[in-house]
Amino acid sequence: MMTEKNPIRRYLRENSLPHFFCSGCGSAQVLNFFLQAADEIDLDSDNLVAIGGVGCTARIPVYLNSDALHGIHGRTLPWATGIKLHNPDLNVVIFSGDGDAASIGGNHLIHAARRNLEVTMIVVNNLTFAMTGGQVAPSTLVDLKTSTTPYGNPENPFDICQLASTAGATYVSRSTTQHPRQCINFIKKALHHKGFALVEIISQCPTYFGRKAINSGIPEEGIEWIEDNSVTVRESTKLSEEELKGKFVTGNFVNINRPVFQGSSYYFDKEFE
Amino acid sequence: MKENNNNSRVRTGTHFMLGNHAVVEGALAAGCDFFAGYPITPANEISEMMSQRMPEVGGAFLQGEDELCSIFAVTGASLAGAKAMTATASAGYNYMQEGIEYAISAEIPCVIVDVQRCRGENFATQADVMQMRWGAAGDHEMIVLAPSSVQELFDYSILAFNFAEIYRNPVIIMSETTIALMREKLVIPPIDEIKIVNRRKPPESKDNYLPFKADPDGVPAMPAFGDGYHILYSINPHDEAGSIQWDPDVFESMYDRITNKINNHRKSITLTQGYYLEDADIILIAYGSECRPALDAVLDARSRDKKVGLLKLGTVWPVPEEEIRNAAKQASKILAVEMNIGKYSNEIERIGGGYCEICRVTKNRGLIHTKKEILSAIEEIR
Repeated sequence: MMTEKNPIRRYLRENSLPHFFCSGCGSAQVLNFFLQAADEIDLDSDNLVAIGGVGCTARIPVYLNSDALHGIHGRTLPWATGIKLHNPDLNVVIFSGDGDAASIGGNHLIHAARRNLEVTMIVVNNLTFAMTGGQVAPSTLVDLKTSTTPYGNPENPFDICQLASTAGATYVSRSTTQHPRQCINFIKKALHHKGFALVEIISQCPTYFGRKAINSGIPEEGIEWIEDNSVTVRESTKLSEEELKGKFVTGNFVNINRPVFQGSSYYFDKEFE
Repeated sequence: MKENNNNSRVRTGTHFMLGNHAVVEGALAAGCDFFAGYPITPANEISEMMSQRMPEVGGAFLQGEDELCSIFAVTGASLAGAKAMTATASAGYNYMQEGIEYAISAEIPCVIVDVQRCRGENFATQADVMQMRWGAAGDHEMIVLAPSSVQELFDYSILAFNFAEIYRNPVIIMSETTIALMREKLVIPPIDEIKIVNRRKPPESKDNYLPFKADPDGVPAMPAFGDGYHILYSINPHDEAGSIQWDPDVFESMYDRITNKINNHRKSITLTQGYYLEDADIILIAYGSECRPALDAVLDARSRDKKVGLLKLGTVWPVPEEEIRNAAKQASKILAVEMNIGKYSNEIERIGGGYCEICRVTKNRGLIHTKKEILSAIEEIR
C-alpha cells in the first residue's frame, strides 16, 4: 500500500523532531493549528521568518521549516522590528508565551503595537512560566497557587488582548485550545492582516499550571477548566464587571487598518521619490 | 532597503568634524544601512546624525524603546542582510550585553559603539575596557577597537564593519567622551580608496546545505533571511546543520570554532603602532585617547634625550600579545597608561611581567592624563 505524507509536514523541520512538549501541552496544539493555517493559505515558507524567545511556546519556531530565530527571552519584537525595517517583504511570525509577551517583553509589546509593526504575534497564554517550573506570571489569575505563590497570587493580571488593543494593535483576537477551528481562522486572518496582529490562545499546561493551580495534571481537565471560564464576546456584553472577573473573553476585538510602521523611509518616499 | 546612493554615502574631502559624526561617516562609507539607538549622552550625536543620513542612502533608522530593542533590532536587521550598527554609552552598553551574547553565539555581524562615560556623568574614562571583553555571558572572544582621534573614529568604523563581516562576530568601537565630543581634522578618502568587505554568501545549491559548517578560515558563509536556506538561529549549542543538540561534543566544537575563528586571525585583527621604540629603554603602553598625552610625553622626553617610546594599541581585544611581549623583552621598564583604576594594566602585567618591571600610571577622576603627569611617572620609575 502506498502511504502519502501528510501535506502539512512540508512546514515541519524534520530534523528537529520529535518535539519536546509534554504530552497534553497546548503549545503543541498551537503548532498544529499554525501548520493547518499555513497549509490552508499555502504560506510561502521561503519568505517566512518564525521567531521565538524563550519558553515552551518559544520552541515552536524550532520545528518550522523556514528561517527561524530562537533563544532570547522577550526580545522577539525587537528582532522583528529590525528585520521588517530592512526587508519589509519578509513575513514575520512570532510565537510567544505569556511571559515572553507580557512580562519580560511587555515594553516591546506596547511599542510594537503603538507603531503598528507589520507582524503576526501568536501568544500562547498558559497563565504561568511553564518551562521553568510553573512560577507566577503577569497573566496568572488572582488567588491561584503557583510555584512562587504558594499561598495564592495577590497580583492583578494583565489582559494581554486589552493591553495590545489599547496600545494600538490593529488586529486582536482571543481563542482557546478548546476551539481549534476558531484558532486556525484567527491565525489565518492575522497572517493576512496588514499591521500588528495579535492572536492570544488560552492554553493548558497540565504539568505545572494544572497540578499547582487547578489541582489536576490531566490535560482534558485543564481544557475543561479553560472552557468553564471562557465566554464569547457576545456573551460577555450581558455580564457585569464582577461576573467577568477571571473569565477569558474569546472572539475578535480589533480589526482595523492604519499605516504600517516603515521607519524613516515613510518620509523618505514622500520627500525624495 | 532601497538602492544605495554612493555619492551621498562617502563625503570625500577634508572636514573639521565632531568625533561622533566621524563614526557615522565611517559607518556609511563601510556600507552601513541600518542603525538603531536609544538616547544617551554622550552618544546622542551619533543617533541624530544617523537619523539624517540613513534615509539619504536608502537605509533605515530606528529609535528603539530601549537599548535592548536597539541591539536586537540591529541583529535582526543583520540577519535580514543589513550592515547594522548601534551606539550607546557605558550604562546603555550594560543592557546590550544580552544582544551581544546572542550575536556571538549565532554569529551575527554587527557593530556597537560605546562612548564610555563615568557613572552617569559625561566625564572622561576608559572604565569599560574589561566590560568590552567579558561583559557578555558565555565563553567568547571579542574584537574591540580603541580609536584615539577623530580620524581614527572614521577609519576604525570602516575596519569594524569589515571585521564584523569577515568573522561574523560583533565588533565594538570603544570610543570615549574625550574624542567623541572633540572636533578635529578629518580626511575622507575617495570612494575607490576605501576597502570594504562584505559577508560571503553560500553556494546556490541548497542540497545538503550546512549553515554552520565553516569555510577553511573558520567562518561559515551567511545568506540573508528570505534567501530560501531555512536556517534556524539559536543561542543553544547547535551542530553544523543548526540543530539544537544537548551533546558535550557539539557544545565544545561550537565554542572552539567561534573562539578560534578570532584567535587564529589575531595577526590580521590586532592594530598597533610604535613610536620611538627602536632604542627605547622605557616603553609606554596606551590605548584610546590616552595615547595623545602619552605621545606628547614621549616627544618631550625625547627632546631631552631620554630613551622613551610608546606602543599604541589600536586593538585592545584580542590583546596584541606579541607586540606587548616584544616591548617587555626590549625595555627595562614598561609604563601602562590608563584612565581607570588600572584594568588593562593587569593584561600587560600578565604578558610582559616575566620580562621586565610593569609600572602603571592610572587616573580615575573623570579627566584625561596631562603630559606632565605622565612625565612625572616616567621620572619616578627611571
